[in-house]
Amino acid sequence: MFDFLIHGFDVALSPLNLGLALLGALLGTLFGALPGIGPINGIAILMPLAYTLGLPAESALILLAAIYTGAEYGGRMSSILLNVPGDAGAVMTTLDGHPLAKKGLAGPALGLSAVSSFVGATIAIIGLTLFAPLLAEVAVMFGPAEFFALMVFAFASMAVMMGKDPIKTAIGAVLGILIGTVGVDSSTGVLRYTFDLPELYDGIDFVVMIIGLFAISEILLMLENANRKDGNDGLPPLGRVFVSLKEVMACKWTMGRSGLIGFIIGILPGTGASVAGAVAYTTEKRLSDKDNSFGTGNMRGLAAPEAANNASAAGSFVPMLTLGIPGSGTTAVLLGALMLYNITPGPMMFSERPEVAGGLIASLYIGNIVLLALNLPLAGVFARVLTIPRWVLVPGIAILAFVGVFQLHSNLAAIYLMLIIGVFGYLLRKLGFSLAPVILGYVLGGLMEQNLRRALSISGGDLGILWQSGISLGLWIAALALLLLPWLLPKLWQAKTSKA
Amino acid sequence: MKINKGLSTYAGMLALAGGLLAAGNAQAQSEATECIAPAKPGGGYDLTCRLAANGLEKTSMIDKPMAVSYMPGGIGAVAYNHVNGVRDDDPNLIVAASTGAAVNLALGKFGQYDADDVRWLGALGADYGAIVVNADAPWQSLDELMEDLKANPGDVAFGAGGTVGSQDWMKAALTAKAADLSPRNLKYVSFEGGGEALAALLGDHIQVFTGDLSELKSQLESGKIRVLASLSEERMDGPYADIPTAKEQGYDVQWPIWRGYYMGPNVSDEAYQKWVERMKELSESQKFAKLREERGLFPMSRFGYDFNDYVLEQVDQFESLAKEVGLKQ
Repeated sequence: MFDFLIHGFDVALSPLNLGLALLGALLGTLFGALPGIGPINGIAILMPLAYTLGLPAESALILLAAIYTGAEYGGRMSSILLNVPGDAGAVMTTLDGHPLAKKGLAGPALGLSAVSSFVGATIAIIGLTLFAPLLAEVAVMFGPAEFFALMVFAFASMAVMMGKDPIKTAIGAVLGILIGTVGVDSSTGVLRYTFDLPELYDGIDFVVMIIGLFAISEILLMLENANRKDGNDGLPPLGRVFVSLKEVMACKWTMGRSGLIGFIIGILPGTGASVAGAVAYTTEKRLSDKDNSFGTGNMRGLAAPEAANNASAAGSFVPMLTLGIPGSGTTAVLLGALMLYNITPGPMMFSERPEVAGGLIASLYIGNIVLLALNLPLAGVFARVLTIPRWVLVPGIAILAFVGVFQLHSNLAAIYLMLIIGVFGYLLRKLGFSLAPVILGYVLGGLMEQNLRRALSISGGDLGILWQSGISLGLWIAALALLLLPWLLPKLWQAKTSKA
Repeated sequence: MKINKGLSTYAGMLALAGGLLAAGNAQAQSEATECIAPAKPGGGYDLTCRLAANGLEKTSMIDKPMAVSYMPGGIGAVAYNHVNGVRDDDPNLIVAASTGAAVNLALGKFGQYDADDVRWLGALGADYGAIVVNADAPWQSLDELMEDLKANPGDVAFGAGGTVGSQDWMKAALTAKAADLSPRNLKYVSFEGGGEALAALLGDHIQVFTGDLSELKSQLESGKIRVLASLSEERMDGPYADIPTAKEQGYDVQWPIWRGYYMGPNVSDEAYQKWVERMKELSESQKFAKLREERGLFPMSRFGYDFNDYVLEQVDQFESLAKEVGLKQ
């Protein structure tokens, strides 16, 4: 039954394909690391090139898949070093990654996140190899009602992030939801909060949102601090370079759990690396944050989202390869690449074009090892970004942010929007808000609304559909438990101890 | 090697990363041709631009590669306004469009500009709508589905990858109308893209998916779906040969999704005619036929004033449908 995989390793280990996997891993890491270019753009731009160069189908796919996985590796770098997520999956990575860098642990943080990425991706690729057809059946059982329940669960798990200031977390999430409502309403086509500006019809783009909220506000903070004359140059100390085996082993269960969560969420069509990272992070905080240090530079808080976002990237191949349904924006573009080669993904692909299906899966294994080998030794080099003086770094980030947004939209409106959001983000940070709930509200709120409305249009307005199936009922119970247990458990505990 | 505008921007980004301040956006090439895809890279408009760019280059009808640039925003409105307001007489610029753009024009979503504010150039290919059900669904023909739909409109949920009022919705609305059901009473669920809608069909969350023929190719082979009708004038060949048209089953619903181009309103007749001739010649070449097929498109050839009239007529037709359903006053 694994003939296709053996054949696949044959294909993937040919010098050309191995070289392409290496090239893709490098390019992908770069695409992921640069704010503004994510895996989607990287693949969309290189796809026609691969085709024009006359690469055979399996080689082109190997190159593009390596870019995809590489980007999930690269996205963490600017998260950790600059507090600016390099792509959607790396939002949660900023929460503990950047504080670690500030403590002088940038090198170990980069190393640990590379290992976590590797573990997460490996779990997912093994899952993909063993259970892909079976999981595809489960994925389609998720309809609008189930997705709505999943989003309720995700919001409920955000409650653990509330930490010291629950009101501010809640306000942040609501602000994010509000920003997410701008644009053409996805079910009726009505324009919402667009003020007759066509630039707003498509809503506020994710990249504009992330770069504005994180990068621009970071630049403003840096500018503000640059004028301080207290002799503190603000550069974090550059401590040791490599992550220790002990630190890695301390996170082994975190990586395992988060990899599994990321894989499962990645399989579901329509949910991506950002949701995977959020659920993994909050789950891990609940399970292993004994001393309440998540958010201040906890290694586990870094390992969780990194394992999850890489696992979800591999997971999104499941519906694409087995059903021909793209599970994420990136796999949708990959699907387009396959069509260009006249290959139709689906169950038949494994028997009809084993060199493509097997070659792709084998190249995921190989690409992942390449990426680990590439990223571990380089952690120390990348960590040196932090030693760049501020007068170089700030304009550098600014240029990257502006070019990144402009190349994506080719109009100035997006730049203005990014600046407005940047000032907004700066104000929020000065007021002591955390930015992660804002981004999560923005991502999850849209998905939640769409699926609620889809479910209700299916049922004709009957709310019962929302908890009709076993899956959604289970998710509702889990969400309720998340919200009630922290409040209930201490009371039960008290009751028990007072009795005794 | 081919370098288009998007690529050179990226090359610029990479150079930047290396510490070099290479300005990205290549705005030069005054003689060179350009195609604007009014969307982000990777979508249908990108494909439409590349069809022209690759075709013209492979047939050596242009000497410099055509630049493909991206102008997302407002489901095409930003590009439409740009061509009307800024580059209104550029003889070397074409913009990708599709049936979806015609629908948005009909709904007045392109701001102050109307359908007759640009010069419609021509269409190089088309896809066709399809009525799809799960392989386990009780309906074996369009007739059976229509009977059930008339009897219990509330039990059959339609779904597709666009909003109410989008071209995906129009397919469902026209089908309902053919069954004498008002589109207002149609149960329609909008998804983000055809892929999600297809997943919902496979999971039996919706009963009917109004998709496009080309995106169904892989599903046809897997035997998980049944295509009750193609919304084309005649049956298609190849893997689609067994799919009956709606028309031959007695329901006159047709939905071609053309992929074409427009030019600025003040482009000279001379430049416009030159492009029309160029596109005509391209569509007749063998090399181009292969490119078109690789992109899952069926032949469609309408150019110049013929195409211009076709688009304007289509926009009128959509507008009256939208008014009927109450989407537009």
